[in-house]
Amino acid sequence: MITAGIDCGAKNTKTVIIKDGKIIGKGQAITGFEQAMAVKASFEMAIKNAGIEPKEVEHIGGTGSGAKSIKAATIQVNEIKAMTVAAGYFFPTSRTVADVGAEEARAAKFDENGAVIDFAINEKCAAGSGAFIESMARALETPLAELGALALSSDNPIPLNAQCVIFAESEVVGLIHAKTEIKDISRAIHDAIASRIVSLIRRVGVNPDIVMLGGLAHNPGFTTALQRELGVDKIFIPVDPEYGSAVGAAVVAARK
Amino acid sequence: MVEAKKQEFWRWAETNWVDPDIRWEGAEFITLGIDVGSVSSQAVIMVDGKIYAWGNMRTGSNSPNSARNALKFALEKTTLTEDKVHYCIGTGYGRVNVPMGDRTVTEIACHARGANFFYGSTVRTVLDVGGQDIKAIRCDEKGKVINFLMNDKCAAGTGRGMEVFSDLLSVPIGEVGERSYKVEKEPLAVSSTCVVYAKSEATGLLRKGLSTNEVLAAYCSAMADRIYSLLERIGVEPEFAITGGMAKNKGVIGRLTKKMGLEPLKTSWDTQLAGAAGAALFGYALCHKGRGRK
Repeated sequence: MITAGIDCGAKNTKTVIIKDGKIIGKGQAITGFEQAMAVKASFEMAIKNAGIEPKEVEHIGGTGSGAKSIKAATIQVNEIKAMTVAAGYFFPTSRTVADVGAEEARAAKFDENGAVIDFAINEKCAAGSGAFIESMARALETPLAELGALALSSDNPIPLNAQCVIFAESEVVGLIHAKTEIKDISRAIHDAIASRIVSLIRRVGVNPDIVMLGGLAHNPGFTTALQRELGVDKIFIPVDPEYGSAVGAAVVAARK
Repeated sequence: MVEAKKQEFWRWAETNWVDPDIRWEGAEFITLGIDVGSVSSQAVIMVDGKIYAWGNMRTGSNSPNSARNALKFALEKTTLTEDKVHYCIGTGYGRVNVPMGDRTVTEIACHARGANFFYGSTVRTVLDVGGQDIKAIRCDEKGKVINFLMNDKCAAGTGRGMEVFSDLLSVPIGEVGERSYKVEKEPLAVSSTCVVYAKSEATGLLRKGLSTNEVLAAYCSAMADRIYSLLERIGVEPEFAITGGMAKNKGVIGRLTKKMGLEPLKTSWDTQLAGAAGAALFGYALCHKGRGRK
């Protein structure tokens, strides 16, 4: 059986194609303001990547903040379920999952059957989401991909007083003017957001094994800081973690 | 059309002023209040408790320089020099970095005192909306603080939030208020409190066909709601007065006062000066107690 999972997120729309429990194709498009178009583009990319025809897809699971725009979805999957199912799919020993997206961060605690026990969401404050890191990358005039590695080269933790993205931008500009080393500022930024995500995870309870999904999981500066603050040996991150919720939606669609 | 230089819509006008009818020579006490905020800095010079000169400018990245620059700007059109000052008080976020300050006083106390000076002894509730914080202060007839609540963690409702928005919509910040009322129908407030999310929401609204003015109105409305919730928490006792830069934005203030059902007191002074004015007054009181320089 072939199913697709489409996650229409605030920034990016991701599609995953699963055949008999195996991921066979992926596709991504910038969501922009025309969600339906992004859904279509992302789906077509995934189909092509999988080397199949659209009609071979039997069920489509839709999730994400723009899930309503996924007209072809045969089942709507809420984000908490999507990420929890994804965590269990990738790492059957996992019991906690966190997903940090462009504008929202979520954490959930679940049992060995993948049933959600508790969850927490931050959707009100950009400081606890990818938007924070993006904004800081702009303020530091450093490409996003380099920012994480830069943080790892610092062994000088400095505090960042501002939580708010807008205030933190001003603070970072101030630090630059005070000739603070960019790598130390980068580390401060990653420590700051890791600390906020740890708070989110603590709300549901730190129960190993812990899975990290969402685009921010690509960032080594973030994952290192997260691991340090959580005090765990390892955080489990799948390949292409930004596809996590799309995978979850595809798996749920296959169960129907 | 290619623009040679990108216009900075968020940049508000830096101003200074001298009272032509006051002579500082022969004054008993010349006091100076310097308010170094995270976004703007002001210097107010008082001659025997009357405002003689002031300067208002953007805070640079360096606090000691901000204080010096604000003072220099205030003294620009005068013959007065800093060594003639009998007492200087630093206030604001950068108050510890006012090199010419004799002591510091919190901006809460200074804004209450300054509001009392600008608006009179009937003020009991002061709302200060500055660059990076919102303060709601309850005070007595002397401008002494009884209670206060502050938000300095979140840009929603602050001057920085408005700067970001004016930049996003390419509207000079001084025009935001007026333009927000040039709408046929008052739109719903943007649903996100967070400025970063509100930005995304605003861009979406523009795409949906809302005009720039309507989006400004939607944002001003959301900011007013945010400020209102802080005021509600502390309780508003008339009379009510507003200090800080946001007082100049009628798009936000008009919607706020409509929600409150209470008209704020008026002043002819620049509301951004309240903190520095209060500081200069504290200096004046200390001089009367014999604590002045020399």
